[in-house]
Amino acid sequence: MPMVTLTIDGKEVQVEQGTTVLEAAKKVNINIPTLCYLKDINVVGACRICVVEVKGARTLQAACVTPAAENMVVLTNTPAVRASRRMTLELILSNHPFECPTCVRNKNCELQSLAEAFGIREVRYSGANPVHVMDDSSVSIIRDPDKCILCRRCASVCEKVQTVSAIGPQGRGFDTVIAPGVDMVLAESNCVNCGQCVLVCPTGAIYERDQTEEVWAALADPQKHVVVQTAPSVRVAIGEMFGMEPGSVATGQMVAAIRKLGFDKVFDTDFAADLTIMEEGSELLERINNGGILPQITSCSPGWVKFIEHFYPTLLPHVSTCKSPQQMFGALAKTFYAEKAGVDPADIFSVSIMPCTAKKFEAQRPEMNASGYQDVDVALTTRELGRMLKQAGIDFNELPEENYDDPLGVSTGAAVIFGATGGVMEAALRTVYEIVTGNTLASVDFVDVRGMEGVKEATVKVGDLDVKVAVAHGLGNARKLLDALQAGEANYHFIEIMCCPGGCIGGGGQPIPTNYEIRQKRIDGIYTADEAMVLRKSHENPAIQQLYKEYLEKPLGHKSHQLLHTKYTSRGQSNQL
Amino acid sequence: MMKRVKSVDELIKFKEAALVKIKERQIGDKTTIVVNMGTCGIAAGARDVMMAIIDEIEKRNISDVIITQAGCAGMCEHEPMLEVIKPCSPQVIYTRLNKEKARRIVIDHVINGRVVEEYALMQQA
Amino acid sequence: MHYYRAHVLVCAGSVCVTSGCRAVKEAILEGITRHQLEEEIKVVETGCMGFCELGPLVVVYPEGVMYCRVKVEDAAVIVNEHLLKGRIVKHLLYQDPNTRKTVTLMKDLPFLSKQTKVAMRNAGLINPEDIEEYIAGEGYLALAKVLSSMSPEEVIIEMKKSGLRGRGGAGFLTGLKWEFTAKARGTQKYVVCNGDEGVPGVFMDRSILEGDPHSVIEAMAIAGYAVGADQGYIYVRAEYPLAVEKLRHAINQACEFGLLGENILGTGFNFEVNIRVGAGAFVCGEETALLASIEGRRGEPRPRPPFPANEGLWGKPTLINNVETLSSVPPIILKGGAWYASMGTEKSKGTKVFALTGKVNNTGLIEVPMGIPLKEIIFDIGGGILNNKKLKAVLAGGPVGGFIPAEHLNVSMDYESLAALGTLIGSGSLTVIDEDTCVVDLVKFFVEFCHEESCGKCTPCRIGTKRMLEILERITRGEGKDGDIEALEVLCDYIKNTALCGLGQSAPNPVLSMLRYFRPELEAHVRDKHCPASVCAFLFDSPCQNTAEGGVR
Ligand SMILES: Cc1cc2nc3c(=O)[nH]c(=O)nc-3n(C[C@H](O)[C@H](O)[C@H](O)COP(=O)(O)O)c2cc1C
Ligand code: SF4
Ligand code: SF4
Ligand code: SF4
Ligand code: SF4
Ligand code: FES
Ligand code: FES
Repeated sequence: MPMVTLTIDGKEVQVEQGTTVLEAAKKVNINIPTLCYLKDINVVGACRICVVEVKGARTLQAACVTPAAENMVVLTNTPAVRASRRMTLELILSNHPFECPTCVRNKNCELQSLAEAFGIREVRYSGANPVHVMDDSSVSIIRDPDKCILCRRCASVCEKVQTVSAIGPQGRGFDTVIAPGVDMVLAESNCVNCGQCVLVCPTGAIYERDQTEEVWAALADPQKHVVVQTAPSVRVAIGEMFGMEPGSVATGQMVAAIRKLGFDKVFDTDFAADLTIMEEGSELLERINNGGILPQITSCSPGWVKFIEHFYPTLLPHVSTCKSPQQMFGALAKTFYAEKAGVDPADIFSVSIMPCTAKKFEAQRPEMNASGYQDVDVALTTRELGRMLKQAGIDFNELPEENYDDPLGVSTGAAVIFGATGGVMEAALRTVYEIVTGNTLASVDFVDVRGMEGVKEATVKVGDLDVKVAVAHGLGNARKLLDALQAGEANYHFIEIMCCPGGCIGGGGQPIPTNYEIRQKRIDGIYTADEAMVLRKSHENPAIQQLYKEYLEKPLGHKSHQLLHTKYTSRGQSNQL
Repeated sequence: MMKRVKSVDELIKFKEAALVKIKERQIGDKTTIVVNMGTCGIAAGARDVMMAIIDEIEKRNISDVIITQAGCAGMCEHEPMLEVIKPCSPQVIYTRLNKEKARRIVIDHVINGRVVEEYALMQQA
Repeated sequence: MHYYRAHVLVCAGSVCVTSGCRAVKEAILEGITRHQLEEEIKVVETGCMGFCELGPLVVVYPEGVMYCRVKVEDAAVIVNEHLLKGRIVKHLLYQDPNTRKTVTLMKDLPFLSKQTKVAMRNAGLINPEDIEEYIAGEGYLALAKVLSSMSPEEVIIEMKKSGLRGRGGAGFLTGLKWEFTAKARGTQKYVVCNGDEGVPGVFMDRSILEGDPHSVIEAMAIAGYAVGADQGYIYVRAEYPLAVEKLRHAINQACEFGLLGENILGTGFNFEVNIRVGAGAFVCGEETALLASIEGRRGEPRPRPPFPANEGLWGKPTLINNVETLSSVPPIILKGGAWYASMGTEKSKGTKVFALTGKVNNTGLIEVPMGIPLKEIIFDIGGGILNNKKLKAVLAGGPVGGFIPAEHLNVSMDYESLAALGTLIGSGSLTVIDEDTCVVDLVKFFVEFCHEESCGKCTPCRIGTKRMLEILERITRGEGKDGDIEALEVLCDYIKNTALCGLGQSAPNPVLSMLRYFRPELEAHVRDKHCPASVCAFLFDSPCQNTAEGGVR
């Protein structure tokens, strides 16, 4: 790449050709404010907060879209620049409700932070604000267009990263609104509930449905036996809600904190993850041995499942019939556990703490009632859990660590890694290899399937068979694999697909911000947690072995089918249907 | 179906041929032929004269001629009559015409600039 | 080819169609049949002749007699008198509103007196549905010339020599743009003709597309040869169905004649042209929005660079030119760049079409050499101000332009001189305003236009124009307050400097121009709650002056 040299605020800086002024300024420690910019995803120059003076240019230039050029002279902090940025903020605020104290993003809002930084004390202009209806049709995601600043970050993530294009600008000019369609609500759309839009929204215009009140109510109800499960990736993210470094493994504190909230049992989704490996691994072997449909594709990510139901319904037979760990857990909580604990399943209130907004949708899918009751009553996100703990005044960081309850709290390292992209695959390989060959793996680490690369491939020798696997995270990457599959170019045995970039550690319910660097740190946390486990293969989980012995008999057995497997629904492709 | 123009030369030839379509919409130095087409003129055969002139002009691909008509000139016994007006030259009135005479006027006077004395009634300065 | 002694041209441009030219044409045809004149007289439908206000228009050649406002019942008179007996029908002739003199021949119309037709050379003169008529007028000879005797580089040199600047508004040098596109890396390139024409009141592009579609098609092929493109798109707004129809027909004819398609004129050059009909939003005329729209995406602008010359349609190098720009290309190629550059001023060459509207006697489309004094346009061509009122200003550039106040009437109409006055040539809209027009009210109307046309992508335009409009609305309601003018000034300056595209950047122009030339009038509205032109409803003389009390004085 040829380099260009430019001057920013008097400092010379050399960057690769094509670098924006914004990125070039970062190199000399100047942080130009942004609102609409999202590196590589939303580079549209819409908000105009990032304007700078460029010598010779007729107007101010938006730094986020202006390529650095040879001998360019840039000034980022002149009276004209500051006045312009202030005006941009004032105009946005003149069209924005002043509701910070009651806003879901209070104290974590980019608009608020900028207004604070610029010392906006009054807004000189006032006038009409378009009034939109709040869209609370979706069980996962709520849109409040009145707080939308039309930065388009959500729409770009949805279109470019997830290739769903569920939402986008509707109408024109002052009346523009980000929505699934004119007069269409999210629940009717092809939105897969992944919540990636929520993660990137700079304001409180799009957020998770908050179900904490339902959980508080259950906890306060003496009649209810309230059990909770925590997903693998929550333990490496929840700490961020309390100022910990991203990636800090806070399993013990989290268990202690949740117990303090008054749950009767604190269990681990990891237990169900190990179980998933037993079922899904067996299903894979059965497909391989009996000429079943291959490749088999994982089914634990509900955003992904809804995606394939909408966009590739003909490929549904490839998807494993296994329920996700959340739902396996839910089914067992109200059957196996209820029996064991001698509690009436009708009295069990089953809560899950998930990194994911799509889990809310999954929990209420009508078919998820194997126990005769809705298997999971409420799926909370990491963010909702954080809020509950804050409301309860729990000093999270100082809590002594505690352990999960038995038996649904026993798990292995193979389950923890479900939280990162490639983890399900790695866990499955650990187990399938040992079951098929009867040998012990020299190393349990399958590094080929780890990391942030969009599509990963590996071939693993399992006995006589070369098992070919692929891993994709983010639905855009999933689409690539599916297109290859449709074109007959994907002769894999097993594919892992996670809806969210980075896997569940980057899920739509995780603390905000969630960006590339933070995802990476959470992944590191996941593998640290894996290494810290004594047992690292699902089939070695004693509680799982016990479960099969006492209750399920064998993987893919009759009971398993009843409780742990499911079927899918073919859905319409586009919003217009 | 329409002709395909396969080369630049063909296009230029085609253009020359097509020129007649619009030439008379361009104003320039033109000869005007006024045919008297009053009732008496038409009765005496002015329409035949008119058609003969048009036919001749078309045949010879002449493009700078204006043909118009006028009403009765008050000299009904001289009909069919016409008038040829050439730029910068006297105006000539021809009388007692028929198809053949008309054709000759086109060839001799309009094209070659020789007044056909024997049919001419008079010449005005 | 058959020779006709007379041709009756009936304008079938959009405006004349609306005023009933089709029925007139039928009536003339009927009269001709009745008198058995079919062999002698041909009736031809043409595109807009430029004096739409006078339509339906009928012109009888070879004399070139023009009849105005022809009604169906006039058709028989024209046939009986003019076509049959050669007698001109006096009462249908044009009458000069000032001198009361009638004008017989179209070429003698004062309206045409100072005009020089290049881009509009054929419109109104030929039948746009007949490629032979276009070819007869040297049509496709320019294409033949470049394909047979010029290299692409030579074509670009000729274009640069001509000094032609884009007529779509920005005034960028056409030759240079061609050169950029030619030099851009990439094998697949495109030529796009911008026929969005969203500025209210201008219609030269429509008139060219309707009246002379082949000139645009030919120019696109020439451009394609010069820049190395083999595909073209013409983007026309959906409100121009007639233009679309004529274009379709013309493209089909050109294909049949082998003047589009593969191996054109046996030279091995291939070029095809497609039509895209747009939703007709003003902002879709902005080049990047237009490209998005052609690609089937939401029609909104994106930041430049990359410029379309490097990354245009589907990311490929793309040349975008305006209709009028393109229509000037074939004559430039045939007569040479130097010929074109001999007209106009030092930096603004050639001719420009203006749409003259407002309080002037003759309105319509005019094509004049660049640099002509505005006064000549208003008084010699336009015939002066309607009803002998006093000229207040001429608004150039429509809702994104600015005023030329009466004291600058001598200004030379070129890019630089107008820019110096704080206005622009823009799309060529010229609106004449007399003393009865309230500038504040007019400016409010323009701001409203821009606000409504904003695509809504960027903050300054989406919210800024709304706030600007709200302030102006208050002022014209008589609710202006101290500080409003300053607030407007700050806002204008901000929007102009920060908006993403030309729409937002130029939306404040009329306001800024008002502040520059008509500040007292604005102040009267704000401070005295008085509208000097008595237009703003709430600012009519205050009631107290009309009551007994006021009457005492
Ligand atoms: C808001 C806006 C509207 C525009 N509308 C038109 C239009 O209707 N027609 C046009 O030719 N150019 C329009 N333009 C200019 C185009 O962006 C572009 O500059 C032009 O088509 C280039 O052609 P030219 O170089 O031949 O002028 C518009 C620009 C802006 C900013
Ligand atoms: S979105 Fe931000 S600025 Fe708006 S109300 Fe919420 S916290 Fe405040
Ligand atoms: S939740 Fe996911 S699919 Fe739905 S709108 Fe947001 S990004 Fe798109
Ligand atoms: S919802 Fe949020 S991310 Fe989407 S456009 Fe509005 S402010 Fe931006
Ligand atoms: S200036 Fe207006 S029209 Fe242009 S991009 Fe911004 S909002 Fe859209
Ligand atoms: S951050 Fe650059 S325009 Fe929004
Ligand atoms: S439409 Fe007939 S003159 Fe314009």
